[in-house]
Amino acid sequence: MIRRNPSLLAGAGIVALILIVALVGPLAVRADPLAIDLSRSLAPPGPGHWLGCDSLGRDMLARMVWGARLSVAVSISVVSFSLIAGSLIGGTAALAGGRVDGLVMRAVDIVLAFPGFLLAIALAAILGPGLVDLVLALTAMGWTGYARLVRGQVLSLREREYVQAARALGAGERRLLWRHLLPGLAGPLLVQATFGIGGIIVAEAALSFLGLGARPPAPSWGNMLEAGRQFLLVAPHLTTVPGAAIGLSVLGFNLLGDGLAQAVGHRD
Amino acid sequence: MTSLLLRRLAALIPVALGVATLTFAMIHLVPGDPVVAMLGENAQPADIAGMRHELGLDRPLWRQYLTFLARLASGDLGESISMHEPVARVITQRYPATLELAGAGLVVAILVAFPLGIVAGANPGGAADLGAMGFAILGISVPHICLGPLLMIVFSLILGWLPLTGRGGLYHLILPAVTLGTAIAAIVARMLRQSLAQVIAADYMRTARGKGLSRMGAIVRHGLRNALTPVITLLGLEAGALLTGSIVTEMIFAWPGLGRLLISAIGNRDYPLVEGCVLTFSLSYVVINMITDFVYSAADPRIRIGPQ
Repeated sequence: MIRRNPSLLAGAGIVALILIVALVGPLAVRADPLAIDLSRSLAPPGPGHWLGCDSLGRDMLARMVWGARLSVAVSISVVSFSLIAGSLIGGTAALAGGRVDGLVMRAVDIVLAFPGFLLAIALAAILGPGLVDLVLALTAMGWTGYARLVRGQVLSLREREYVQAARALGAGERRLLWRHLLPGLAGPLLVQATFGIGGIIVAEAALSFLGLGARPPAPSWGNMLEAGRQFLLVAPHLTTVPGAAIGLSVLGFNLLGDGLAQAVGHRD
Repeated sequence: MTSLLLRRLAALIPVALGVATLTFAMIHLVPGDPVVAMLGENAQPADIAGMRHELGLDRPLWRQYLTFLARLASGDLGESISMHEPVARVITQRYPATLELAGAGLVVAILVAFPLGIVAGANPGGAADLGAMGFAILGISVPHICLGPLLMIVFSLILGWLPLTGRGGLYHLILPAVTLGTAIAAIVARMLRQSLAQVIAADYMRTARGKGLSRMGAIVRHGLRNALTPVITLLGLEAGALLTGSIVTEMIFAWPGLGRLLISAIGNRDYPLVEGCVLTFSLSYVVINMITDFVYSAADPRIRIGPQ
């Protein structure tokens, strides 16, 4: 199956690389990402500092691997929270039906009438910069997609013959949910969550780029890119390195999502 | 068509009301005091109370909400704290720049997506398909904050062909528009390819070929129109990405639009201006979605929105 699914293979490879860098990188790279040394300001990549130094002489490699950890931690937390909140809300709406369903879905529609990233910007602006607030703002943007997916899937799955058959055999609502509906939901949710992680990596970087995410001097790929922008001509590595990392991560999660969608036969 | 327009406009009102309510709720209900944020943590209680009174924040929430709606209906968005000007006037000055950028981004998206999608969809599995879809997955993966600086390095700093930042003539518009439009082009090209590849297998396409039309002729005359409906839906959905993408793009290229205004208003803790900008962006999104609904019915007469 994998041989006929190159997206899955390439995506899994890139994602594994990013996860390893995020987990092991900070242990392997000894340099302090916050240590300032003005004598090395804007040093180009070379021995000792393989990705060069930023304007304050901080080691870019150390900042990149710590940035990877932040990016991965934020995106996985946001997607987990969004998935849990969205599934609970969407699942409840579908199972309750009637007025509850109508009310919940109108609320989802109103949130969706807002462009997602704008909602995150507005919330991040009101909550102030900081990691917890960043996760909250991005979760507020992300949960609606999962709510709609879960509601749609539950409504469609429970009309399927195997679910009807289980009900006819006397299965209760709880057994139907855990044994028959949830396994059917897992594939589509996994695909959407994989694409979601890529989307949140970009959103986190963009919010940090705008000064609404991770608070400097904490390294985030987004705020590193912002800081490097002033030195485009003299030190282009300050923007291209974090830029490439963001692009590669998103590419990895998109390829993995494509591959998984092909594997489970679902594309939302 | 006129009754359809009236119905859609009527349907716009509750959505706009919902969006306005959500904006109000965000500013007023989310933990964190805007007045303390504006004046700083060390502000004197008397100053905080004074500012609260000046902005009407000491009144009951429902009265604040009703006043907000009444003022909104008359186009009054309050006064900007940092610019000492009516918010509505500041927004009117900046909005055309954002519309120009978003429009140019859309043009870039369509100009790139259509040839790519058609070439790929006409020969699924061929070399052109692989190339076009390879570009598409790259285009989707490179976010604005990466593509913008990269284009600046190549086309402004190394080649010196285009200006680095700012707004002026057509030359100033190219790099921001490409930055904004590329990801949407990639997404639309993928959808068009998928949609066209399905349409090509339809019976009426074989009939059109059988009656003597060339392969490309049949695709352009009969296939494309039928493949367009999902593409238009997607373009409407991507309008949100176009608007929010313009915020980041404006920051990268120092483009004097609404996005940059919003970010500087956030920096200055100018909440009336933040509220005005967020409202303008979200209402624009609602209106664009309504326009998309219209274009639908023009492209595909089978679609009837609501009972006739």
